[in-house]
Amino acid sequence: MTVAVVRFGGSNCDRDALRSLQDLGIDAEIVWYEDGLPADTTGIVLPGGFSYGDYLRAGAMAARTPIMQDVREAADDGTPVLGICNGAQICAEMGLVDGAFTVNESARFQCEPVHLRVETTDSPFTSSFEVGDVIELPIAHGEGRYEVQSGVYDDLIEEDKVLFRYCDADGEVSDEANPNGSKDNVAGVLGDCDNGAVLMPHPERATLPELGGTDGRAILEGLSG
Amino acid sequence: MAAFTAIVTVRLKSGVLDPEAATTQRALERLEFELDDLRFADRYEIDLDAADADAAAERAESMAERLLANPTIHDYDVEIEDRT
Repeated sequence: MTVAVVRFGGSNCDRDALRSLQDLGIDAEIVWYEDGLPADTTGIVLPGGFSYGDYLRAGAMAARTPIMQDVREAADDGTPVLGICNGAQICAEMGLVDGAFTVNESARFQCEPVHLRVETTDSPFTSSFEVGDVIELPIAHGEGRYEVQSGVYDDLIEEDKVLFRYCDADGEVSDEANPNGSKDNVAGVLGDCDNGAVLMPHPERATLPELGGTDGRAILEGLSG
Repeated sequence: MAAFTAIVTVRLKSGVLDPEAATTQRALERLEFELDDLRFADRYEIDLDAADADAAAERAESMAERLLANPTIHDYDVEIEDRT
């Protein structure tokens, strides 16, 4: 019974994720990518950072490491998988979710709090919310602009796979509230199975009241199985 | 077997926003250059040995499909040159 937080060379939010999960009473450990997933893995976090120095494209190299095949198989078997920031980019690069995360519209690295509207509760990460709830999490990325081909996007909408959208404090989804130019303000999506999800904002950085809010806790609790 | 260089060019699909290109264009305009548009592409020069040019192209296309390009946002093309 453990949540595997997969560390690549260049991951830098792995310890934050571990600490947050432990604070929530969820058993978790950091797993070096070359060591493979532990046999008792019950959840997987692909943490933020700059795996492989963002060479080629953010997440491109990590997406093609052997451990990610194990992650795919675990996701197919129903294990909750959460890709955060660089972890989201990795999951998109390997096709665990549709679309791609690429250079922000501003062409700059952006580090700021954002509001998100919950778009579906049909996932372990949002099951404790109501659709339309507004939460606040920080973003910290240079390549967070969600791009997706229009036919694929239509399917995402049809299948209720959009997890969060960037919005203002009142929950209004607008261009002004879109920090990076993402397609239709999409901040996170679900994979083929509802137990696999990615998002660019950082729930693990919003779990302590002393550090600007606790809206990330309910998302991470989705890993408790 | 013969020696080839496969030149793989990866560029954003038409219509996909390119903020880095837009920033570069603005910088050129600040330097008082006149231009209508600017596009970026990544160019990979891959030295390889293959039975013939078609086999070299096939391998380079596979490299582009599996790693060098992301089909959601990129198009690519492959040229093969003899390498002596």
